[in-house]
Amino acid sequence: MINYEVSERILTVTILGEIDHHTAIGLRTEIDGLVRKYSPLCLILDFSRVDFCDSSGIALVLGRYRLMKSLGGEVELIRLPENVSHIFDMADLKRLVKIG
Amino acid sequence: MKEINQMTLVFEGRSVNESFARVTAAAFLAQLDPTLQEIAEIKTVVSEAVTNCIVHGYEDKPGAVRMKVQIFEGGRIRITVSDKGKGIPDIPQAMTPCFTTGNEDRAGMGFSIMQGFSDKIRVRSFPGRGTTVVMEKYIGGRKEKTDA
Repeated sequence: MINYEVSERILTVTILGEIDHHTAIGLRTEIDGLVRKYSPLCLILDFSRVDFCDSSGIALVLGRYRLMKSLGGEVELIRLPENVSHIFDMADLKRLVKIG
Repeated sequence: MKEINQMTLVFEGRSVNESFARVTAAAFLAQLDPTLQEIAEIKTVVSEAVTNCIVHGYEDKPGAVRMKVQIFEGGRIRITVSDKGKGIPDIPQAMTPCFTTGNEDRAGMGFSIMQGFSDKIRVRSFPGRGTTVVMEKYIGGRKEKTDA
């Protein structure tokens, strides 16, 4: 489940609940649908309301990074809880996306 | 190591059961009064191991996943997750960071995370007969900090 807002070609998506292999498929479909609908220059993913995240979250970010790159845009991650940033550090995601 | 408590759970390898398995393991281990970080680590390693059974062991076909959680004296725990799926032909390759035989929804980071969040990990696999992952971890719990 997600909430989102669009302003001046910035799409901010707040992910709600848990990110695992089971939920990631639905999250991917929802986020990619919004990206195609609004063609943002920047996709901001807000993790403040994520209460669980495993390696499926890494794949979710990498996939959205590839999609936004192919469209000439970028991805930024904001408000990462400690457990999420710990997992993302293991994959060194900050090499590819801005983490605010 | 002397075992003081244990539980075993057998469930169908459906992705909806990934959260059931990790929450069950965390609930059972609550008796050790783990910190929030320890709970997050336990839930994450269980989630990775169970997802591997479903995605790789059974390739999204039906099959049973077995999870055993043991508590030993001194706050040591052991989590064993096994399937009777297709097995891993090359374990070192499967454990290499970013290696995956899965689709673009998989990052290939499952084993790296299991290694990072447990003190010891052992993988046994026989092609065509299944895979067992055994992880050991020390749970210090919150008691140590409040007693200090």
